[in-house]
Amino acid sequence: MTTVKHGFPWNHLIGFVLSILLTLFAVFIAFETDFSKTVIMWVIGTLAIFQALIQLFMFMHITEGKEGMLNVINIIYSIFLALVIVFGSIWVLTSGHSAIH
Amino acid sequence: MSLDEFFVTGDPLILASQIAIGLTMIGLIALVTYLKRWKWLWSEWFTTVDHKKIGIMYILAGVLMFFRGGVDGLMMKAQTSRPNLEFLDAQHYDEIFTTHGVIMILFMAMPMLIGIMNVVIPLQIGARDVAFPKLNALSFWLFFVAAMLFNVSFVIGGSPDAGWTSYFPLAGKEFTPGVGNNYYAIALQIAGIGTLATGINFIVTIVKMRAPGMTWMKMPMFTWTSLVTSIIIVAAFPIFTVALAYMTLDRLFGTHFFTVAAGGDPMLWLNLFWLWGHPEVYIVVLPAFGMFSEVIATFARKNLYGYKSMVFSVVGIAFLSMLVWVHHFYTMGNSASVNTVFSLTTMMIAIPTGVKIFNWLFTLRKGRIEFSNAMLWSLAFIPCFTIGGVTGVMLAMAAADYQYHNTMFLVAHFHYVLIPGVVFAVFAGLYYWWPKMFGFKLSEKIGKWHFWLFVIGFNLTFMPMFFVGLDGMSRRMYTYSEGLGWEGWLGFSAVGSIVMAAGFAALCYNIYWSFRYAPRDIGNDPWNARTLEWATATPAPHYNFAKIPEVTRLDPYWDMKKKGETGLKKSDLKPVHMPSNSWTPIFLGVAFGVVGFFLVFEWFTLAIISSIGIIIGLVANSFDYDEGYHIPVEELEEEERAWRGDLK
Repeated sequence: MTTVKHGFPWNHLIGFVLSILLTLFAVFIAFETDFSKTVIMWVIGTLAIFQALIQLFMFMHITEGKEGMLNVINIIYSIFLALVIVFGSIWVLTSGHSAIH
Repeated sequence: MSLDEFFVTGDPLILASQIAIGLTMIGLIALVTYLKRWKWLWSEWFTTVDHKKIGIMYILAGVLMFFRGGVDGLMMKAQTSRPNLEFLDAQHYDEIFTTHGVIMILFMAMPMLIGIMNVVIPLQIGARDVAFPKLNALSFWLFFVAAMLFNVSFVIGGSPDAGWTSYFPLAGKEFTPGVGNNYYAIALQIAGIGTLATGINFIVTIVKMRAPGMTWMKMPMFTWTSLVTSIIIVAAFPIFTVALAYMTLDRLFGTHFFTVAAGGDPMLWLNLFWLWGHPEVYIVVLPAFGMFSEVIATFARKNLYGYKSMVFSVVGIAFLSMLVWVHHFYTMGNSASVNTVFSLTTMMIAIPTGVKIFNWLFTLRKGRIEFSNAMLWSLAFIPCFTIGGVTGVMLAMAAADYQYHNTMFLVAHFHYVLIPGVVFAVFAGLYYWWPKMFGFKLSEKIGKWHFWLFVIGFNLTFMPMFFVGLDGMSRRMYTYSEGLGWEGWLGFSAVGSIVMAAGFAALCYNIYWSFRYAPRDIGNDPWNARTLEWATATPAPHYNFAKIPEVTRLDPYWDMKKKGETGLKKSDLKPVHMPSNSWTPIFLGVAFGVVGFFLVFEWFTLAIISSIGIIIGLVANSFDYDEGYHIPVEELEEEERAWRGDLK
């Protein structure tokens, strides 16, 4: 991964096309469909996450360099921790007895 | 506040310890002054940034805290040895089980393991120090000051008494108005800063400073487990930091994070505490697993069986350890689906642990086993820990846990996990790496006394607790009536604790005896070991390696010995860059301690004024442009010749 690749920048092209597609799709969902507001928010939120991932990998060279893989593992682990702590706590504290009253 | 509120009064036991502490302090100061050792102590130890010396100080503090926590344990055992005893009253008993728990986990297990990590890890990966030596010293001093602050509570102001878990609402101001629980909140916060810094330090050290050629899959197992432990520290300790900050705000400034009064939720404390508390179990047990792996491989004369599966199970444990915290409070009234999910994740964690047990057994299989003391501890660990693990799976079943919850069965379970899993490992590690630290072995003969007394005493003490637990005795009971059928078990258990204490005394005697009489000419590799820490002199020189070794495979030193490549060429020597000593870590540690003490007593003006000390320390540290110094080649040559004979 440390070697510099020459030749046609396929990664950049694919990333660019995907980003545009995802954006257009989000616009379509938001303006051209009859989903409720919550559904729209969820869908475009999900699309935004995908697009962020594409940017990280295709343009921000997250996997390149000496510690590339480590960065990726780091980010994934941090996200995992944040999700577990936040949603885990909410779930644990709002189900059971707390949910009854 | 009057003076008799400040000092704890009215209990002859505590009065005796107050006098004893006073006399010991005066004695120590007089001794150091008499021997004219103040300057030596300051320049060689207090200001050191050498990872080996910091490690030794950690271990020393850990042994001291082991003694304190052990005395707490003995007092509890004495109080419950017969029904209706009046040796301790309820309040005193509460304080003692609280400090026993906190001290054993945070001020004994943690520093012992971090101490051994400090001594061994840089040597094992072929580095000259940790990544941030000064930060390492700061970690130690923060831990040490926090431990002292916590310990002083039983003579000044009163000890925390809401259990080591300090559950709200009991731990809140309403039900525990004294300063005791402030000690818990403040001292653990200070220690936590140090631990977090240690975690970061060791991650960077292991990721960035391994010897050339030591790829991920060529790292020794102890290095792997220490790395994963450091990662869990960085993941989990901030949760505790936040929980303790909430607790401090609740107790000192009247907020209501955990009190129902203004919409707070005591369950939130439990939730946050165990979000940290369960990973904490793996923080202390993983380095221990690594130590056993090193010791077993060395004394079975085989490479570790299933190295890769060992690595994957360690990483798997790190992942799963964040997903099981609710099993500490199944009975709090969670929904059935919550309890089911956490039952399953808890049982899943037995899988990687089981993989490790079998790997150790297969490492032993057909090995040429040498029953050294380090090996004995590792062998005793396997069956004892398995009992702890199996009872853990019993407790993991939420439905069954309603029977076991908060009984002595649980107490027996976690002692069967933590004593074999951590204490046995620390003993194995001490016997194994003692020569690396001090240049002589601990006596194998006295060590056998230590081993047998401690292991037999341990089983006698804690095995009966399973049965009184099943008979319905709940934990933290300071006394009980006659005729419940518990007297026999608990009497037995009390006798066991004395045997165990005798084992600890044998260790102390062993250290004293070996220090005076053990032979010093043991060479650099007294155990015929496999990893890099033995490739340099024993005890390790302050620069660790004259030339950084190159690694081509797992167990690199074993490989070098086989190929006859352990020698050193004169032409390979280059000046070694070393960090300078620094006064800022100990200064900052003390400054934090002073601020902490004032906060405990809620003397806010004094706390604010004294926090200037922390700022001074931080500023002084930022303007410290010391770039370290170089050891010239001549000095290296001289030191290397001293143990290698001639250089090539």
